[in-house]
Amino acid sequence: MRNIFNYIDRPSPIHDLTGATKLVCLLLWSFAAMMTYDTRFLAMLPVLSFALFVISKIRLRDVSFMLGFTVVFMVLNNVLVFLFSPQHGVSLYHAKHVLFSLGGRYVVTQEQLFYHLNLVLKYLSTIPIVLLFVCTTDPSEFAASLNRIGVKYSIAYSVALALRYIPDIQREYHEISQAQQARGIEMSKKQTLVKRLKSAGAILIPLILSSMDRIEVISNAMELRGFGKKKKRTWYMARPFSRWDILAMILSAGLLVTAILLNVRNGERFWNPFV
Amino acid sequence: MKDENELLVEFRDFGFQYNAQAEPTLYHIDLKIRRGEKVLIAGPSGCGKSTLASCINGLIPFSYRGESTGKAMIRGRETKEMSLFEISQTVGTVLQDSDGQFIGLTVAEDIAFALENECVRDPQLHERVRAAASLVNIESHLHHAPEDLSGGQKQRVALAGVMVNEVDLLLFDEPLANLDPATGKTAMELIEDMRRKSGAAVVIIEHRLEDVLHRDVDRIVLMNDGRILADAAPDELLSTGLLAQNGIREPLYLTALKYAGVTVTPQMRPGSIHSLKLEEAQKEKVRSWSAGVGEIPPRKDRKILLQAENIHFTYGNGYKALDGVSLTIREGELMAIVGTNGAGKSTFSKVVCGFETPQKGRIRFGAEAAGIPENAGSWMDLSIKERADHIGYVMQNPNQMISQTMIWDEVALGLRTRGVDEAEITKRVEETLKICGLWPFRRWPVSALSFGQKKRVTIASILVLQPEMIILDEPTAGQDYRHYTEIMEFLRTLGSRGFTVVMITHDMHLMLEYAARCIVFSEKKVIADDSSAGVLTSPDVIARASLKETSLYTLAKMCGIRDERAFVQSFIDYERKNRRGSFASAETASTGTEPGNTEQEGAQS
Repeated sequence: MRNIFNYIDRPSPIHDLTGATKLVCLLLWSFAAMMTYDTRFLAMLPVLSFALFVISKIRLRDVSFMLGFTVVFMVLNNVLVFLFSPQHGVSLYHAKHVLFSLGGRYVVTQEQLFYHLNLVLKYLSTIPIVLLFVCTTDPSEFAASLNRIGVKYSIAYSVALALRYIPDIQREYHEISQAQQARGIEMSKKQTLVKRLKSAGAILIPLILSSMDRIEVISNAMELRGFGKKKKRTWYMARPFSRWDILAMILSAGLLVTAILLNVRNGERFWNPFV
Repeated sequence: MKDENELLVEFRDFGFQYNAQAEPTLYHIDLKIRRGEKVLIAGPSGCGKSTLASCINGLIPFSYRGESTGKAMIRGRETKEMSLFEISQTVGTVLQDSDGQFIGLTVAEDIAFALENECVRDPQLHERVRAAASLVNIESHLHHAPEDLSGGQKQRVALAGVMVNEVDLLLFDEPLANLDPATGKTAMELIEDMRRKSGAAVVIIEHRLEDVLHRDVDRIVLMNDGRILADAAPDELLSTGLLAQNGIREPLYLTALKYAGVTVTPQMRPGSIHSLKLEEAQKEKVRSWSAGVGEIPPRKDRKILLQAENIHFTYGNGYKALDGVSLTIREGELMAIVGTNGAGKSTFSKVVCGFETPQKGRIRFGAEAAGIPENAGSWMDLSIKERADHIGYVMQNPNQMISQTMIWDEVALGLRTRGVDEAEITKRVEETLKICGLWPFRRWPVSALSFGQKKRVTIASILVLQPEMIILDEPTAGQDYRHYTEIMEFLRTLGSRGFTVVMITHDMHLMLEYAARCIVFSEKKVIADDSSAGVLTSPDVIARASLKETSLYTLAKMCGIRDERAFVQSFIDYERKNRRGSFASAETASTGTEPGNTEQEGAQS
């Protein structure tokens, strides 16, 4: 049940990087990918993340569920963009090369298709790297990493606690729902929405009440063991940075710098091959 | 150099009242605890023992607010002038819920928690964690997650988590509450071991007296109604009748001695069955008493109600939980299913209720099980909801079941979802509330009830559906002897009304006193199906199912009684005969209880 974070423990150079390094790299990478619409740059990122997958020994089928999910969203996003704004590409790239017409305002242009390509590349350059982070970062190290990049430790620790208790609460939800079903509370789709909402209450109210009890126990336990005593704390799972950590962060920073430079050179966020 | 006799805790005419309460919870407490001492604080629920514990570890006054009088001091300084963190350097607390207090994602992180907060750096951090882990013998599990640990292992982790700070006093709040009998025994040995190794004082809050006394304690502090009634060596206190008078279950061997007419004196060393000395004349008294009890004739064979045949079940994640379980339950039986965590007993009840579907085997119920061919629909084809009309399932924690604010609505819920008309609902709810002794509270909100009363509400909410059989998961968990007796006597009346009652439990007293029959699960199989006396005097079954042999067995041997099983049986029969007379009055007494006065400790937050 620990795999809500989906950590896959396979020794690899990526796994060896500290959690803080991976978090910093992920942030730099994401900023870089968000910053620019330079197609050449965006096309490079998916290739790079695929290479990182190979290095980290994480197979695509380990993350197939989330990837499938991403593809669905990506398709939906593209369809909606086309439906609501079929000429978005034309206004972006200040040119109009008509390919064919679907009737009405739905005229397919090269510019629009190029814009859609950029959208797809955006997805492919951000989502896989997030999945890679999730698969290669030990949840135990995550809170320590957050703290290391400057998040207050009380906040960082509440993230760790959520990771610790989510499986427990899932299990409890399951048990309560079974016992309530036995009393005749149906959660199936056969019921009307109002009835189902009422039924959800029969499960959620006991769940919330017992979670409150749990919070009281845990906060007492933490205080009795000195949580919050000092301004700082150390982390059992924290590791010192190695040369590779520094190198990885420099390379990621390089990505961000490249993205900024490209924007400056292009004069805008979009790289325009049409004019 | 540490002072061997240093006074660690001292209360001087101390009193305390929670802000939310109308009456004080503690009155005139005078108590001293010195380094190296081991003190048991015993008392019924609501007596103030948990509040006293909070005053020792600093949760009072720092987390729970209230008015105090007199003095509470740790190492000569008043606690209110210290901070919670300062106190935690001296007092290490192991809370009752060893699962709930597990903070880290793994064992190592949990043990390290206090050190991390102290900003201890590597390599000391890792070294001290390892040292504390090996002290409690858990170092081979350092990277395990809490859900991969047994109850006993979690408790070891909790202990290591406070030992890592080298505290001077270890405070245990109901350390036995969630442990099976054998693990409870090991826990008491571990606590004693820690005391020897560290020289720390140990304070144990617990009402399971006999189990704590498995290892010597220096003093027992008996509390009731917020006051300390006695503070004496076990041998002395156990020679008085004070424990029984204040709702604490005496060790069974002492009860047997009293039944046999033996006067217990401190000279007999009654503090533990191992130290107990009996003269020949006293042994003779025990022998002649047991011979004279006379058997209760076994009940005639009744119709089979439920029959499980070769049940195999594996969870979705590949974990096999039942490996060929077969058993039979008869109508009107009051029986227990026992075994360690993971032995399969809970999974079995889930399969019976239809929460899980077995891969192999079948269950027959009612007419189908009794072999009456006509209208014998198949049990296996029924849905969860349909099965619930015949078998009710009561969860361990009533807070996990109660979803309505009013008692009446909670009990009526199952009928309303079944679309029964209001007149019929009123009739059945009224009837059930009366049976369950909840009639005086019918217009009360659930929140005004004590834990034990809430438990009765959940039982009522199941009984109202008129099932033939109810399954209760740990019906007495977290209850003191008085409430426990109340619930069990109530279940017994259900038995005499024809309900079949199945209890899933690891409570030894429960099976000994109430369950006529006992099915033992071990390693996903049924390993014994016998009378409770039979199970508890069978060394082989005891060892395999992590049970603990009853002290009656040891007493029988001590007195030279050859047939230990018959001795235990006569003890049970004697209790049953004598209880029968007091039974009717117990029922009326329980219905007359005022709500809300029993749970002062629970209401504090």
